[in-house]
Amino acid sequence: MTDFNVSVREIGSVNVIDLKGYLDAHTAPELENAFDKLIKENRYSIVVNFTDLAYISSAGLGVFMAFVETMRENEGDIKFSNMTENVFNIFDLLGFPMLYEFFKEETEAIQKYNEKVKS
Amino acid sequence: MNAKSKKLSRKIVVNSSTENLSHVRDFIRDAAEECGFSKETSGKIILAVDEACTNVIKHAYKYSDEGNITVEVKFSNSKFSISITDSGTHFDPNKIPEPNLKKYYDEKKVGGLGMFLMKKLMDEVVYNNLSNDRNQVVLSKYMED
Repeated sequence: MTDFNVSVREIGSVNVIDLKGYLDAHTAPELENAFDKLIKENRYSIVVNFTDLAYISSAGLGVFMAFVETMRENEGDIKFSNMTENVFNIFDLLGFPMLYEFFKEETEAIQKYNEKVKS
Repeated sequence: MNAKSKKLSRKIVVNSSTENLSHVRDFIRDAAEECGFSKETSGKIILAVDEACTNVIKHAYKYSDEGNITVEVKFSNSKFSISITDSGTHFDPNKIPEPNLKKYYDEKKVGGLGMFLMKKLMDEVVYNNLSNDRNQVVLSKYMED
């Protein structure tokens, strides 16, 4: 059994996805389901918190690619926070920092959404 | 015995289910760390092998879990090689273009990232067509001085 878990928290108008364990081709469908559910509920402002994610393969990266446009089309986004260096290096290798915002802390990512609402 | 003179040869066969990716990763982690690779380099090798096996499950066996994947590890003369062999549909790696993330984003296309990662993470990536309609990819990493 691959150890993986997805859970979603609501912080104001922002939805935080907590990832835990190993995200690979076997577990990526669980993350897809979480995104599908958020879209069904019209929740488009997403922060993905990577604190407890130990591993990611391209199958996991592909999920963020597949959903980011829908979020942006609906005035939301997918922002990333609390990534370990190892996990960030994989995102970096594939050029993700060009297309996504990365934050050291979850609160900074949430703040970014809230600033946008105020302005 | 120092790490450079160490030799290792080991093999596992798993069926083509994504559930087995974690077993393959554990198998590679044990072998790479036993040969003396750092945690960081072992991590790169593990990811490259995961990508190769994922490609086999996805493209060669089209997500059927009835195929076999043979993963063989060899270490000698500072070279750590992993061969991943399947008997599924052949695909021509030269026909897969290098991914361009921006283009992917614009065209909503996600694929080819695995092959790109394998190339970036390993020192050598070689594709072979074997007899009896088998396909093989060999990934290699050299131990640095």
